[in-house]
Amino acid sequence: MIIRKEGSLLPQNPPDTLASKPLSTPKISFPRRPAGTLYRGREGMWSWVMHRITGVAIYFFLLVHILDTSLVRLSPESYNAVISSYKTPIMGLGEIALVAAIGLHALNGLRIILIDFWSVGTKHQRLMFYIVIGLWIVLLAGFVPRQLMHIFGGAA
Amino acid sequence: MSNAVMENSPAVPAEIATFTATLILRRFDPDKDAEPYWQDFDVVMQGTDRVLDALHKIKWEQDGSLSFRRSCAHGVCGSDAMRINGKNRLACKTLIKDLDISKPIYIEAIKGLPLEKDLIVNMDPFLESFKAVNPFLMAGSVPKDGKERKQSPIERARYDDTTKCILCAACTSSCPVFWTDGQYFGPAAIVNAHRFIFDSRDEGSQVRLDILNDKEGVWRCRTTFNCTDACPRGIEVTKAIAEVKQAILRGKS
Ligand code: SF4
Ligand code: FES
Repeated sequence: MIIRKEGSLLPQNPPDTLASKPLSTPKISFPRRPAGTLYRGREGMWSWVMHRITGVAIYFFLLVHILDTSLVRLSPESYNAVISSYKTPIMGLGEIALVAAIGLHALNGLRIILIDFWSVGTKHQRLMFYIVIGLWIVLLAGFVPRQLMHIFGGAA
Repeated sequence: MSNAVMENSPAVPAEIATFTATLILRRFDPDKDAEPYWQDFDVVMQGTDRVLDALHKIKWEQDGSLSFRRSCAHGVCGSDAMRINGKNRLACKTLIKDLDISKPIYIEAIKGLPLEKDLIVNMDPFLESFKAVNPFLMAGSVPKDGKERKQSPIERARYDDTTKCILCAACTSSCPVFWTDGQYFGPAAIVNAHRFIFDSRDEGSQVRLDILNDKEGVWRCRTTFNCTDACPRGIEVTKAIAEVKQAILRGKS
């Protein structure tokens, strides 16, 4: 529609309103995650992450373990002191973590061997992952209560 | 009376249901920005619209500076692999309605390759490792009668899966090993090597197996299966890699 205004023809709407308006003015988000989102991998990726973490943890345990056992040659007294410090409840809980880590690493290691060497291994990797988790839970269900009794139940 | 009028009037097509989706894009312009940042857009979409349509709508109607690659728009050319809600997908094969639209949709460039602008990465390192595996038929002899090289359907089926690759880089850029070690050949190069290694007409498979027996070759694969989940062509990528590993250990079968 055109209206006459002081003798000149003017469009009723200023030109910048002729184009349709964007639905919302783009707004800039505060950098919630400027580094990008976490990749949403599935069972395979998480089994790899757990395998790596438990692997590194077991490596450091072995390092310490080699050091403390080699103490026995240097000085049996300090060896005894160190070993008796392992009998505290904190170390008992640490043993649970150690068994959990080794159990997971071992079972998942078997899964990886099957993926690499069994012709249909790659097809069943997801199922095998849940079998690994299942066996791991059974293992912990057998070990953890006894260990807790051992730590907190006094003489056993 | 009024009913009769209604019946005779031309049928008005039912209005197509629309919904509003929020997209959060990871933007980066090397001329202006020191760091990538996230930007929100609201777009009205229909059930048949794909993520690529949403990106087009944003580029055409809201912000023309948005940059992304696409060509065929039908999952053939492999231009528009991107990370959609944290997973590598082709924008042209991902329907918006299949995503959870009650939440914003996060879209960013694929990971592990140098970011150039917005959703565009530099594909050169990816294509270099593709080239490095000799992705062409290597034959030392002239075919019988100077005609075609014959192949039975069974021989053809042996490597059928890996012929489907469109070099979109969704697999390679989903691989945690590739993110931390850009030297790794990556799943796509191994898939394309597999395509020729198991081709009965090819005579260069030992060359390729030697290339992939490298420190940065197949042994870098940690079987995370991210590549198999990401491949838009449904190629069993990890299986192909496992077969190449076996071929290196035991010879081709
Ligand atoms: S194997 Fe699949 S994901 Fe990898 S480049 Fe080829 S088509 Fe893309
Ligand atoms: S635009 Fe060609 S594959 Fe998506």
